[in-house]
Amino acid sequence: MPDQLVFGMEVFLNGLMAGVLYALVALGFVLIYKASGIFNYAQGIMALFAAMTLVGLMEGIVPFAHLINTIFGTNIHHFGWHAPALLAILLTVLMMIGFAWIVNVVIFKHLVNQEPIILFMATIGLAYFMDGFALIMWFSDIKALDVGLPQGINAAIDEATFQIFNYGFFIDNLDIVATIVAAALVFTLIVFAQYSKQGRAMRAVADDHQAALSVGISLNFIWVMVWSLAGFVALVAGIMWGTKSGVQFSLSLIALKALPVLMLGGFTSIPGAIIGGLIIGVGEQLFEFAIGQPFLGGATQNWFAYVLALIFLVFRPQGLFGEKIIERV
Amino acid sequence: MLDTTEGYTTEDGRKIGGVVMEMKNITLRFGGVVAIKDISFDIREGEIRAIIGPNGAGKSSMLNVISGFYHPQEGEVWYKGEKRPVMKPYQVARQGIARTFQNIALFEGMTVLDNVMTGRIRQMKAGLFAQSIWKGKAEQEETENREFVEKIIDFLEIQHIRKTPVGRLPYGLKKRVELARALAAEPSILLLDEPMAGMNVEEKEDMSRFVLDVNDEFGTTTVLIEHDMGVVMDLSDRVVVMDYGQKIGDGTPDEVRNNQAVIDAYLGVSHD
Repeated sequence: MPDQLVFGMEVFLNGLMAGVLYALVALGFVLIYKASGIFNYAQGIMALFAAMTLVGLMEGIVPFAHLINTIFGTNIHHFGWHAPALLAILLTVLMMIGFAWIVNVVIFKHLVNQEPIILFMATIGLAYFMDGFALIMWFSDIKALDVGLPQGINAAIDEATFQIFNYGFFIDNLDIVATIVAAALVFTLIVFAQYSKQGRAMRAVADDHQAALSVGISLNFIWVMVWSLAGFVALVAGIMWGTKSGVQFSLSLIALKALPVLMLGGFTSIPGAIIGGLIIGVGEQLFEFAIGQPFLGGATQNWFAYVLALIFLVFRPQGLFGEKIIERV
Repeated sequence: MLDTTEGYTTEDGRKIGGVVMEMKNITLRFGGVVAIKDISFDIREGEIRAIIGPNGAGKSSMLNVISGFYHPQEGEVWYKGEKRPVMKPYQVARQGIARTFQNIALFEGMTVLDNVMTGRIRQMKAGLFAQSIWKGKAEQEETENREFVEKIIDFLEIQHIRKTPVGRLPYGLKKRVELARALAAEPSILLLDEPMAGMNVEEKEDMSRFVLDVNDEFGTTTVLIEHDMGVVMDLSDRVVVMDYGQKIGDGTPDEVRNNQAVIDAYLGVSHD
């Protein structure tokens, strides 16, 4: 087998795994957009905030340490304990639920029936507020996150591919775990949306607010629930990305990677987010490998996803799986 | 005038019970516009109560007050013998007041079956956790609710479109699905906002038959708003007539038909 093809296969596989991580971020957007028509610009910051909180809890970092020390003249930074990962994750989930509740009570409850652009602006404001808040709370230094997920090259795959192609594939264990987690998450979300009472209520709210009210669904409850789910998805994405490249501000920029995924998959489709993520992940890796590196001087990943999304937009504005909007004349 | 203080018996022999809901001196304003001016009337168990009036008379506003979408500035709503506090629409719905909308508010992306199932939300008690492991109570509950919903679907003759997304249905069928969803809630009061609007003669006849059958079969107390005078007079037991936000008549269809104020305001000059 020619070398190029074998390399290509490895690139393809790695692209798939990267795509899963993009999809995880996009999923948070889709959930909120579906249920409330809000494009949540703060989704990326939510992932960063969740990951920071998780690290903070695990490492026993004192929140607002700088503020406290300045006001009271103390010098405390650590509680001196290390929380087990599972406990810290559980506490972080609770905090994201609390966050969802606060966001809805303080902001979105007052913006019911406003134009989508107003809601969008509100999420931009929220994003920058949280950005500053997270830094005050947990500092801006890069933190390593280790919740015990396996990392490094998967020896079995390396071995097996070496037997077949005489060339061992480099597949990161973390990417494999991320793929399994993402698949489980999507499966659970779809089952939840289709078969549970709350899931049915969620779809109802997404479809028609008035009708939902008339059958006894509380919009507020559903919105808090959806933001909590999005917070949970943000936490999962935060754990995966944080483990991979450390918890730092750039984590919030992964949200920008989710945009082309959403354009491709459609803003309203959970499976669309996954397929879109995979296409972008594979597309940008293969493009870099086949065209970017040899002919264009590399680093095409920065823009390729957007170009691909743009081409898609021209031919299918609603995305691959989005609902087609038919205007009756 | 029909004496309704102790309930009454209709012309076709149905027994009408006590007061389920009473509107007391309701006044509703939008800024300077008075949509409803000091209106009182009652709704009795098992009756078909119509609210009629020319365009802009305030009929829909009245329905929205009953269902909690609007909150009147003055007046009280009494429901099942208790004064109702200011409530959100979903809370009113959970108290057993179901409604349909003038311009249909269905969940277009969901199937007919799913749409009707949302009507059962009030009856579904199992928590998220119980549902996620899908055992015992949650499973039994889903089955029971499903059975009831299937009964409603059969009753309204929409079995053939159970799995069709509502967005694809023609207007007349959508209206029927909306009625099914409201009925699935087993409402104490069913509010119908112009159930026959925009329908052809055949569809109107079907809908009239369903409204009567529902009342007959489930004893559902029904409040309906309708433009079509013929339909109203045939269907309803008692009629409230509104004009410019005021009540100008209240009584049986015959009484209303012979009320001079009603004739002047709504029916125009009579051709006797």
